[in-house]
Amino acid sequence: MSTSIDFLLWVRGPGFDIALFIFVVGVLIRLLEVVILGRKPDYSEPRGAELGAGLLTLVTRTAPEGGSFKRSPFTVVGGYIWHIGFLVSLFLFVPHIELIDSVLGIRWPGIASNLVDAISAVTIVTLVAMLFSRLTHPVKRFLSGPEDYLTWLVTFLPMLTGYLAYHRMIDPYPLVLGLHILSVELLMVLFPFTKLMHAFTFIIARWYNGAMAGRRGVQS
Amino acid sequence: MSEATLERGMNAFREQMNAPVASFFSSCVNCGMCAEACLFYTETGDPKYTPIHKLEPLRRVWEQEYTLWGRLKSMLGLSEPVTNELLEEWETLIYDGCTLCGRCSMVCPVGNDISYMIRRAREGFVAAGYAPEGIKGASRRAVTIGSPMGVKFPALAAQIKHVEADSGLTIPVDVEGADYMALLSSMEIMNFPEYLEALAKIFKQAGVTWTISSEAFEATNSGIQIGSSDIARELVNRVVVAAEKLKVKYVISPECGHAYTAIRWEGPNLIGRPYEFKVVHILELLDELRSAGRLKTEGTEDDRLTFHDPCQIVRKGGVLEPPRNLLNMVATNFVDMNDSREMNWCCGGGGGVSANERAEELRIKAFKRKKTQLDELNVETLVTACANCRLIIEEGLEEYRMEMPVVGLTEMIAEHLVEDEK
Repeated sequence: MSTSIDFLLWVRGPGFDIALFIFVVGVLIRLLEVVILGRKPDYSEPRGAELGAGLLTLVTRTAPEGGSFKRSPFTVVGGYIWHIGFLVSLFLFVPHIELIDSVLGIRWPGIASNLVDAISAVTIVTLVAMLFSRLTHPVKRFLSGPEDYLTWLVTFLPMLTGYLAYHRMIDPYPLVLGLHILSVELLMVLFPFTKLMHAFTFIIARWYNGAMAGRRGVQS
Repeated sequence: MSEATLERGMNAFREQMNAPVASFFSSCVNCGMCAEACLFYTETGDPKYTPIHKLEPLRRVWEQEYTLWGRLKSMLGLSEPVTNELLEEWETLIYDGCTLCGRCSMVCPVGNDISYMIRRAREGFVAAGYAPEGIKGASRRAVTIGSPMGVKFPALAAQIKHVEADSGLTIPVDVEGADYMALLSSMEIMNFPEYLEALAKIFKQAGVTWTISSEAFEATNSGIQIGSSDIARELVNRVVVAAEKLKVKYVISPECGHAYTAIRWEGPNLIGRPYEFKVVHILELLDELRSAGRLKTEGTEDDRLTFHDPCQIVRKGGVLEPPRNLLNMVATNFVDMNDSREMNWCCGGGGGVSANERAEELRIKAFKRKKTQLDELNVETLVTACANCRLIIEEGLEEYRMEMPVVGLTEMIAEHLVEDEK
């Protein structure tokens, strides 16, 4: 029992600090690496403004274009479900909000724990289905490399261990809670070095896409 | 073209690296949705045609040289470098299996503009010596002779004489101070001289002062297709010099897709300054004349017809409504395809693919997408506004034994002009 408490204390203390440091500094470096490259001035006469079109694309790309939805329904629906489920579990589960409050001093209302529980279950099942799709869909299987499976794993583990911890399915409790926190730390540490970065860079990417098309008079 | 080496290719890749490219590569999660937007994938079912996969060489340069983690991995020998073998293998993906149509860029959920990156990646391929012979030849002819099809001014002068004799109209050449300078594509000069006649008729009726330059009449730009900014700049510059010498207010881009991209969007950046004139696409100009009441037509086309949106003019050029406004002037039974305007499917021959003999079999396969679109509509006539699309579609229709006239929109308008107005 005492070793599992030591473990929990470490992951909650120094472990978390290390992971947070790597996450924050890593993400900042990665964003900086993108932004400092800049782009050359465009001397062509614009047909439309970049700013508005870029911001609009940032929002509209959240919904799939009609034809692609019909052609990739599973990727779209599955993608929605697990992204939303993941974010809800992360940001609307009361103990998580408590933690964020203790670190950053900001808080917001959460939702009922049993609701988060149900959403988590759906998210876990969806993530497994997404993995299955990656392994079987001809395009996704062809494109996927070790990084795609690694990022899937480090996304999946916090969901799984969180679920196990909530239901106290592993004894002793400090062990499973510690594993949950450790899995999140793994996610945070790998985040800046992998395509998990898309969670931030998609904002830049969508903006450029929309801005460059908007300049030509097309809403992309 | 100076000697191509892997080192020159790598330098060209590095020159293409910028914040958009870095943000795009950082954001891709290999979801595979771009494959479904690409006619080379949908018609072959081969995952190697997934748009983002075509960029693997450029992606490696980005990861290994423009990310801290990637640099560390390279130092430890953990990453696969860009080699001649890699470029050789990818050459067919990036030239034969991509028309730069940009449809993938419209569907990527994280917002990657994939065709923007393919255009840039081609700079590295051509500098390293990996580009198809067909486009290399066209580029060489464009630089040395003045046109990718080897058309010199005497050939155009002969066509002008021909059109003038047939129609009794005058085609002005080298007229200083005209409002508009018209460009043509070699394809129009050789295969569709009706376009030139159509221009003369329309401009006479609308009272537009215009000219053709004997020094720069060719609108197409093989440099854009092969991906060589040096060649593209040289070709754009000829037009700029001629237009500024003739002191025209506008240069008219003809019914040719990539010519519009070249002169309208890439040109000023290639020469590094804004022009002293404006560039309009012929459809934009006709639509302006229409709305100003200077374009008067009579009679209608009553066939069930549709419009093929040339990718570079519509999705990547922003000329979305003018073709429809113009068609509605003269056509009573115009229907749009299921995917149209900025979501239209490419004919399969853009981005230099039509000049690349090696790609023919693949291109014919990819044309099945257009065939499917046309079968869904059950139309009698197809109208378009790009000489290259037109030729590719005519070939495709013949291959699949579909009987359907393919008409240029400018000519269709010209045929309906009110004749007696002088």
